[in-house]
Amino acid sequence: MSNIKNGKGIIGWIDYRLPIFSTLQHTLVDYPTPKNLNYWWNFGSLAGIFLLIQIITGIVLAMHYTPSVEGAFASIEHIMRDVNYGWLIRYIHMNGASFFFIVVYIHIFRGLYYGSYKSPREVLWWLGLTILLLMMATAFMGYVLPWGQMSFWGATVITNLFSAVPIVGTAVVEWLWGGFAVDNALLNRFFALHYLFPFLIVGVVILHIVALHTHGSNNPLGIDRKGPQDSIPFHPYYTIKDLFGLSFVLTIFAAVVFYAPDYLGHPDNYIPADPLKTPAHIVPEWYFLPFYAILRAVPDKLGGVIAMISAILILFALPWLDTSKVRSATFRPIYKKFFWFLLIDVIILTWVGGSPAEGHFILIGRLATIYYFAHFIIFMPIIGIIETPKPLPNSISEAVLKKPIKDGT
Amino acid sequence: MKNYYKIPKIFFISFILINLFLSNLFAAGPDGNITKMKFSFDGIFGVIDKASARRGLQVYNEICAGCHSLEHVSYRNLLDIGFSNDQVKEFASQFEVTAEPDSDGEVNMRSAIPSDKFVSPYQNDNQAKAMNNGAIPPDLSLIIKARAGGASYFYSLLKGYEDPPEDKELSNGYYNIAYPGNVIAMPQPLYGDDVEYADGTEATMEQEIIDLVSFLTWTGQPELNDRKSMGFRVFLFLVFMTSVLFLSYRKIWKKIKG
Repeated sequence: MSNIKNGKGIIGWIDYRLPIFSTLQHTLVDYPTPKNLNYWWNFGSLAGIFLLIQIITGIVLAMHYTPSVEGAFASIEHIMRDVNYGWLIRYIHMNGASFFFIVVYIHIFRGLYYGSYKSPREVLWWLGLTILLLMMATAFMGYVLPWGQMSFWGATVITNLFSAVPIVGTAVVEWLWGGFAVDNALLNRFFALHYLFPFLIVGVVILHIVALHTHGSNNPLGIDRKGPQDSIPFHPYYTIKDLFGLSFVLTIFAAVVFYAPDYLGHPDNYIPADPLKTPAHIVPEWYFLPFYAILRAVPDKLGGVIAMISAILILFALPWLDTSKVRSATFRPIYKKFFWFLLIDVIILTWVGGSPAEGHFILIGRLATIYYFAHFIIFMPIIGIIETPKPLPNSISEAVLKKPIKDGT
Repeated sequence: MKNYYKIPKIFFISFILINLFLSNLFAAGPDGNITKMKFSFDGIFGVIDKASARRGLQVYNEICAGCHSLEHVSYRNLLDIGFSNDQVKEFASQFEVTAEPDSDGEVNMRSAIPSDKFVSPYQNDNQAKAMNNGAIPPDLSLIIKARAGGASYFYSLLKGYEDPPEDKELSNGYYNIAYPGNVIAMPQPLYGDDVEYADGTEATMEQEIIDLVSFLTWTGQPELNDRKSMGFRVFLFLVFMTSVLFLSYRKIWKKIKG
């Protein structure tokens, strides 16, 4: 490693001309990291690993998959039955998508709790949300590829949303379809884009890391580092911690992949797509359910689409909607309570999104949707003004040395 | 340090668990009356009972195959449930498939070989419709995976035929307590003693249904036995690796945590 800096040896020779090794050294080894990060900071690197797992398994699947309405479903069964360990690769890819979302959602809620979106990390936060949007598009298109009943009807419902756009709506939908119905043209372009988007995500992830390393990681106290005594090098401290976390999560992942591989999926997707037969309930994958609930909560089609998109776009404005100067919810007694209310609200939305849109679910869905937006538009700005934060510690190392104040509610 | 994340941890973990739980519980579930059954392939160490699956093939072949195809399964796959090469060849040879055009361009029929897929009872979908009052009998390869409730649903469906209640008008179908909506187009297929088992097992209705469930679970998930045994080894390895990494983590961090 010492050769990198003095330009000796092969690595040094290359690095003098193209600084890839010193860049890696800076990002994965030397990178000074706050010494007080808790386990919730594991989820960023976990998300990166799941992205890699998805790309690797996805490339192998693409070698055996047939993107045509006649052949898609049978080619998936060919992968499951005839390709060596095809069942394993496909089950990893299917459940890997779910785990990618679990990990990213936790990563986002961690950011919400510890105020990681506040100055100077606004652009970092935006890049993260951009990754989320790309992930959603990728996951949606991927779910269409097996061409089962839910693939087909999910694609039909979601692409039809664009018809809500005034004047050009129908034209936009036909442009997306490449025809006058959800058919072969759509399946083909979804396959092409499903292969492309993960690499766009990789690009944004790189920007996300560059932005992160510009001002460094936030930490559970949410205070800036005062000097070198507050930091430790990324390696070995956080490499080992991230590896431990990874191994732990992979254990849970393996349990699902090997023992309940279809638990998170929908049985109807093992029925080949039939444009003449609508399933009793069309349900998206679980990670879309909160947004699906918001879509259905608005009685008007265009309004529903706007609400659903706004549910994510509003997060881009978070750095300004949150008027508090204090980052970490640990020192914000009122905000902390509302954070948990928001989490419960999102769980309720998930539940409503997976239930049929009838009876009391309609009312619950509407109330939960109103609460979701009220949290960001009304409560967050007001709490920041009226709340008196608890006193902040002087520095990270002081808080680490002293027995910390109790984080009770 | 610990106290800083104690409370969030509990909530986050419950968030994951609740989400996983809800997503399944509230996904469109079965509407019918289902008996929750315990099968040989349930649980971590549960495997498909191959003798039962072989009997299930007989039930499928003699009863179901008249109307239902099995398009994703090849005859050669039967080796997995313990048939010999010769048995598979002999079984396949009773079916006829369209051969490749010969040197004169004539298309003839030939008997099936192990590498062929199970021959469908129909030439095409339209024939299937015409022979069944307009409804295509579903392919059975994935039937257990493709129905909410899985094997228990399938079991309950085959046992669920009853006389309709007085007030129920059945114009086009049969009354079944497990089927969503209770009116099913398929007449009751199994009554007991529908087949004479080659291995001498008594062909009660219960036995036939369980054997058919074993067979169709295998056609849907031929990897099930391999998957579970590999899963257990992978799981053990990961638990071991997680422990080693945890201890390494504790050791490396000792300097920092003091």
